Amino acid sequence: MSILVNKNTRVITQGITGATGMFHTKGALDYGTQVVGGVTPGKGGTQVEIEKENGEVVKLPVYNTVAEAKEQTGANASVIYVPPAFAADAIMEAADAGIELVICITEGIPVLDMVKVKRYLEDKNTILIGPNCPGVITPGECKIGIMPGYIHKPGKIGVVSRSGTLTYEAVHQLTTRGIGQSTAVGIGGDPVKGMEFIDVLKLFEEDEDTEAVIMIGEIGGTAEEEAAEWIKENMTKPVVGFIGGQTAPPGKRMGHAGAIISGGKGTAAEKIRTLEACGIRVAPTPSEMGATLVQVLEERGLLDKCKS
Amino acid sequence: MNIHEYQAKEILRQYGVTVPEGRVAFTVDEAVQAAKELGSSVTVVKAQIHAGGRGKAGGVKIAKNLDEVRTYAEELLGKVLVTHQTGPEGKEVKRLLIEQGCDIKKEYYLGLVLDRSIGRVVMMASEEGGTEIEEVAAKTPEKIFRETIDPAVGLLPFQARRLAYAINIPNELVNKAVKFMLGLYQVYVEKDCSIAEINPLVVTGDGDVMALDAKLNFDSNALYRHKDILELRDLDEEDEKEIEASKYDLSYIALDGNIGCMVNGAGLAMATMDIIKHYGGEPANFLDVGGGATTEKVTEAFKIILSDPNVKGIFVNIFGGIMRCDVIANGVVEAAKQVGLDRPLVVRLEGTNVEKGKQILNESGLNIIAADSMADGAQKIVSLVK
Repeated sequence: MSILVNKNTRVITQGITGATGMFHTKGALDYGTQVVGGVTPGKGGTQVEIEKENGEVVKLPVYNTVAEAKEQTGANASVIYVPPAFAADAIMEAADAGIELVICITEGIPVLDMVKVKRYLEDKNTILIGPNCPGVITPGECKIGIMPGYIHKPGKIGVVSRSGTLTYEAVHQLTTRGIGQSTAVGIGGDPVKGMEFIDVLKLFEEDEDTEAVIMIGEIGGTAEEEAAEWIKENMTKPVVGFIGGQTAPPGKRMGHAGAIISGGKGTAAEKIRTLEACGIRVAPTPSEMGATLVQVLEERGLLDKCKS
Repeated sequence: MNIHEYQAKEILRQYGVTVPEGRVAFTVDEAVQAAKELGSSVTVVKAQIHAGGRGKAGGVKIAKNLDEVRTYAEELLGKVLVTHQTGPEGKEVKRLLIEQGCDIKKEYYLGLVLDRSIGRVVMMASEEGGTEIEEVAAKTPEKIFRETIDPAVGLLPFQARRLAYAINIPNELVNKAVKFMLGLYQVYVEKDCSIAEINPLVVTGDGDVMALDAKLNFDSNALYRHKDILELRDLDEEDEKEIEASKYDLSYIALDGNIGCMVNGAGLAMATMDIIKHYGGEPANFLDVGGGATTEKVTEAFKIILSDPNVKGIFVNIFGGIMRCDVIANGVVEAAKQVGLDRPLVVRLEGTNVEKGKQILNESGLNIIAADSMADGAQKIVSLVK
């Protein structure tokens, strides 16, 4: 039905007692996500009380360490809302505790901290998503992150993106056309991160309930080009693309730490050229991501299967 | 964040990385005084701006005596230098680096940069010093040597030696080159650089290995732990509107067009610029108000956009997720009232509480044009500014 998260995913929130952590933990509970506890060093042994939209009050245990939280709650996923100076440590703590899936929402982590994190994760069995990302959602089952849940609809399209709001834009365009999503994954806008496009595409290719994928990239780096080559060689399901930043000037960081054209590399034009050369249909404008996918689904005879 | 060459060299010196003796000068008299103190037979007068290509643009002069130092300092201070990195408007020179001349035997290239695809820092070296590394990479990629650095142990001496031998540093100077490279790596990690580039690295007649030029850029995410680096920020080098935006935690970048944009989310903000261009318009800016936009933030964003005289119209494009559309609408109305909106404003709202948001805009009495989609909004604003 999905990749990475589903109705059985048991989630803890690192940084649960902070305003952001609390707010989005409530959002996850409202959506129906199984949130089983939280971690804030120094607040172990306490509880947080969260009143859901439907009036139900949920009491969640708080632990000092991730290891303890995992042992006591059986959590297999963690979401991180701790400030940037402490976020790299939080990711590594979760990995050390053996959490299978770590989703880091925090924006603004120093790049060299992430270089260390990536090295640390090399011999761990942890999958990292982010940082600087909206999170992951399997519509109708599990929402981990800051995306608005109600725009999503269960279905058969995988979405993977470096941008939060562009993911919402794409999802919205799909949902209003009656096309649901299997899972939407925001991999984040930082230059050094956990899962890259290819890692997510592999999972979508293997997922029997995903029929097609929308991949949303932007300027900076070469991850889209690498993904395009991989798709050409390995992917049987159709992929539709969009690349943001065609008008971005070189040498300027466009909001995301990773969205920068440096040394003439990482331009949108180059990425679009590579995607198209690899047989990926690219939406000409961000308004046409949904329409472009519909067009491709129709040509492949998949539209009826994906519509509900 | 960028800093000046003289500041970069000062940092390198602190880490035992050899650089020529030099002083910064803000006036002609300071320049002459600095040259006097240096007392070298040849003095280099270098314009300090945050852009490469200064040499080709006439920003680097060799003076043989103090009179020449004075002449060059007079010529350069206040001059607008146009290099391939400044854009056609150029940058005014307000600072000079007065430096001892040295007897250059050969020039090399040395750089540290993040390789995003592997998530590691890489040291690059080349025998082709003095030219841009992108050019070398395009024409003679076999002349660039790379060592990938394991963050757990850092740059290892054998890796530095391997690079030194590969680029044919004279045998008797290899140890000095290794020391230089290890020091540069230390600067890179301890100061959270995003780029450290020594071009050229030179070996001199008296057997030194030193940085003739130095470029250090810093990761802005890490500046909170480097107060010393933050102090080196030169506001003269930045766009006024960008400085103003940074005070309110708005991500803003000035562009050349005439349609001001206000968007939430970096990806959507970039895509909004793209769609304006797609329909034949030109964006005046990139502006991400972020997920936690308040009325104050939206108002400041408006003021900044409107302070650009080129702006003939504004396109607000919001996909409300966590940020509710009614909050944004209130912000837009409040801002428009405060600022005195005198140019066309197109607003596209989508997402949480969109109906409420649209109602607020409709009932505001302001001349706000509503758009149903990104495409609709872009088309409307483009036709309105024509």
